[in-house]
Amino acid sequence: MCRGAPTGRRLPTVRYSISSLLGQAITGNRGWKPAWRRTEPKPVYDALIVGGGGHGLATAYYLAKEHGMANIAVLEKGWIGSGNIGRNTTLIRSNYLLPGNIPFYEHSMKLWEGLEQDINYNAMVSQRGLLNLYHSDAQRDAFARRGNAMRMHGVDAELLDREEVRAFVPYLDFDNGRFPIQGGLIQRRGGTVRHDAVAWGYARAADRLGVDILEHCEVTGIDVVDGRAVGVQTTRGAIRAKKIGLAAAGNSSRVAALAGLRLPIESHVLQAFVSEGVKPLIDTVVTFGAGHFYISQSDKGGLVFGGDIDGYNSYAWRGNLPMVEDVAECGMALMPMLGRLRVVRSWGGLMDMSMDGSPIIDKTPIDGLYLNCGWCYGGFKATPASGWCFAHTIARDELHAFNAAMRLDRFATGHLIDERGAGNRPNLH
Amino acid sequence: MRIPCVYCGERGHEEFAYLGDATVQRPDASSATAAEWHDYGYVRDNPSGSHRELWQHVSGCRAWLVVTRDTRTHAILSVEAARDVALSREKAAP
Repeated sequence: MCRGAPTGRRLPTVRYSISSLLGQAITGNRGWKPAWRRTEPKPVYDALIVGGGGHGLATAYYLAKEHGMANIAVLEKGWIGSGNIGRNTTLIRSNYLLPGNIPFYEHSMKLWEGLEQDINYNAMVSQRGLLNLYHSDAQRDAFARRGNAMRMHGVDAELLDREEVRAFVPYLDFDNGRFPIQGGLIQRRGGTVRHDAVAWGYARAADRLGVDILEHCEVTGIDVVDGRAVGVQTTRGAIRAKKIGLAAAGNSSRVAALAGLRLPIESHVLQAFVSEGVKPLIDTVVTFGAGHFYISQSDKGGLVFGGDIDGYNSYAWRGNLPMVEDVAECGMALMPMLGRLRVVRSWGGLMDMSMDGSPIIDKTPIDGLYLNCGWCYGGFKATPASGWCFAHTIARDELHAFNAAMRLDRFATGHLIDERGAGNRPNLH
Repeated sequence: MRIPCVYCGERGHEEFAYLGDATVQRPDASSATAAEWHDYGYVRDNPSGSHRELWQHVSGCRAWLVVTRDTRTHAILSVEAARDVALSREKAAP
């Protein structure tokens, strides 16, 4: 919260560049300005975004940039970066299977590729490759099918055999008799992004286009008059708006309930872990196919890894030990050297698990109220496209081709987007 | 998180499998509308706080349980046999 300047005035525009960096270096770094304004809520906005996470900030940015709206506020109950945007394992990829998903996630990947120039912020986008391992003939066939689906949509995918995987990541356990590594599907454009820089970068870029970022501003009511959303009640007073977009992630059901909506969502807890820092070891992202485990190395040196959601409804922001054990077992089966490392931190985040494992970016039955939720545990990679598509949906009152399948009513019409094929069991997606 | 099974006593939650919200009721197949099936299959209250939910003691007695749990703290508030809950619901129905 100390990053906001105590003023409602427009900040002087300072473009980050090598010359601004050198200029600050020789003057003792005393001239840096806050990245966004700290401001009081105005009584009326053209659009409000509820939720100042990655998706909400990106939505506000693209509303301003792509659709020329400037009178926008983002309402965040905590501070910028306090939710899932600062709790994920920072992976980006577009290796999806189904037609309703692939073009959307590939659009997201393309936005990641140009993001830092676009928002003038170093988000440390690192396309270091993302390798999904397969351990059986059936899994190889499924991965070949996925890779073919990706390539038909113009997304890069490469099926590696065992020796190609060994040459790429020689430190895995290739002698594991129970879960032999037979090969992998790699997306070389996949990788990692520094997640909190994404929040700060979008916040700063949106602020520069006139968006008000209101931290510690919790929405406590949504005013609906004659079937139309007209404003919200918040801990910082009532605010009226022509359009209201909800991007509240794990709290989506709670926020939507303020407008009388019930959602096809369960909130679950997902844990993540980071080890002590070590010298460069893993220069890519590896996922274990015989369990659910993914690992990469941050630029600070810590190994960042995680696994499945705990599997029961939760708003507790922390998980339980059985999943810690499960993740550790998967890690040891994949990379036995992990056993010598100490875990320095673990934490939990709230996942808005949808009934088919895919997200919702849509209008709602209430005019002027728009919904962005259901990201399950895959929301981070979607951040740019989620904001981009949600902005389009809010500004134009229609879905874009990229989110055309991500409708709220698909559960009624039967047009589910079920990548896993697990049915209406949120804890199995 | 430890769940006190009504038959086996308190056990770690890894012995149990989770199904979800225990308050949703399967509609009457002979008269239900598409909207009722949709709500039954897909829509949940997803409360932050007290939640009645179905767990099965798969690594123990295999009984189905209705557990009331606080989703904010994971505290178990009560545990009933799902069979007893169903029987009392049947009794209460006209």
